[in-house]
Amino acid sequence: MAEAISCTRGGRTLFRDLTFVLAPGQAGLLTGPNGVGKSSLLRLLAGLLQPSAGSCSVPVTKALCDDRLALDEQLPLEQALRFWARLDGGGQADVAAAMAKAGLSHLAEVPVRYFSTGQRQRARLARTYLTDARLWLLDEPANGLDSDSVNQLGTVLQSHLDDGGIVLAASHIALPITFDFNLKLAPLEDMEACL
Amino acid sequence: MGSIATIIWRDVRQSYASGGTWLPVIFYLSAATLFPFAVGPDRALLLQTGGGILWIAALLATLLPLDRLIQPDLENGVYDQMIVRGLSDEIIAAARLVSHWLSFGPPLLLAAFLASGLMGLEGAALGTLLASLAIATPALAGLAVMIAALTAGLRGAGALGGLLLVPLAIPLLIFGAGSLSTPGNSALLFLAAISLLLVAITPFAAGAALSAVRE
Repeated sequence: MAEAISCTRGGRTLFRDLTFVLAPGQAGLLTGPNGVGKSSLLRLLAGLLQPSAGSCSVPVTKALCDDRLALDEQLPLEQALRFWARLDGGGQADVAAAMAKAGLSHLAEVPVRYFSTGQRQRARLARTYLTDARLWLLDEPANGLDSDSVNQLGTVLQSHLDDGGIVLAASHIALPITFDFNLKLAPLEDMEACL
Repeated sequence: MGSIATIIWRDVRQSYASGGTWLPVIFYLSAATLFPFAVGPDRALLLQTGGGILWIAALLATLLPLDRLIQPDLENGVYDQMIVRGLSDEIIAAARLVSHWLSFGPPLLLAAFLASGLMGLEGAALGTLLASLAIATPALAGLAVMIAALTAGLRGAGALGGLLLVPLAIPLLIFGAGSLSTPGNSALLFLAAISLLLVAITPFAAGAALSAVRE
């Protein structure tokens, strides 16, 4: 999926010659210290950044869940999610299912701007669950979640993997699924990919 | 096509629901109301200068929504999510142009119609004013989207936006206000040509700005 890619941000090379492949049903964990390029790698795979060298091919539909909410703050959650559902060709039932998976059904009528940190994170996840994308790129998906919500997230991720989906997550919090490999990003010199 | 209509509908609804649509209208009517107080109620003078003032007010009203056009959705990651779904920057910018015009053009034309009463414009002059504004509002909306995309993420974007708009809007002002004083419709045709040009480059210029700000 990614072949010898390098990424340069603000004149600084974050990683170089990174090569890895993710197959359907596989989950990858991305770890490393802050600022090492985990988010940049996810944005690169999402098509939001261009690699400064190398190439990555993502022949499947993808969904990105990063720290940006991308939901209309003044709208109730259900209506805010429905916008993305329409773009993804889904309907009301998909929105209800996604909210249930994220444990947000009881907040459907509450405007997004009243949400707490954890509820916002679950709203981001619900927006990701809405898509029928095969590859989920998750940037710190467990940030701000309580332990029940983390377990719920694990259940959803596992069922996505069982359906032949792919997950690549950057997380400092242990996620309750088995990862097929752990990609450890390190400050350039001693970088290695452990398979 | 369906997804573009969805995006446009969301933007238009948001704009009317937040009341942002009516701010330029109120500004426009205030400017038209103040002008007769400033120059006096001389009917001949108002008739002669009123159209020009209404045109300048339209340009200034263009500046008001600049900071809400691109910046909030950019910060909130809405455009990122659209790109991930395979939409291009140009499509996003084109949809923004259409949705901005829908919430800016018709209300401004309504305000111009009301304000022209304060200037004593009627008959053919009123028709020409409304025609020139109808032709120019898509271009003004395009300029607003381009400038908003270029200045998104900058501090003091509002003041910079004003500086950028003024030179770009001069051709519109010359032929738009000129159409009121020149007989025949040649000025309107020039205005339409400039308007078409600005509308045509907006998706590419604003799209390039959106893609540059992501890097």
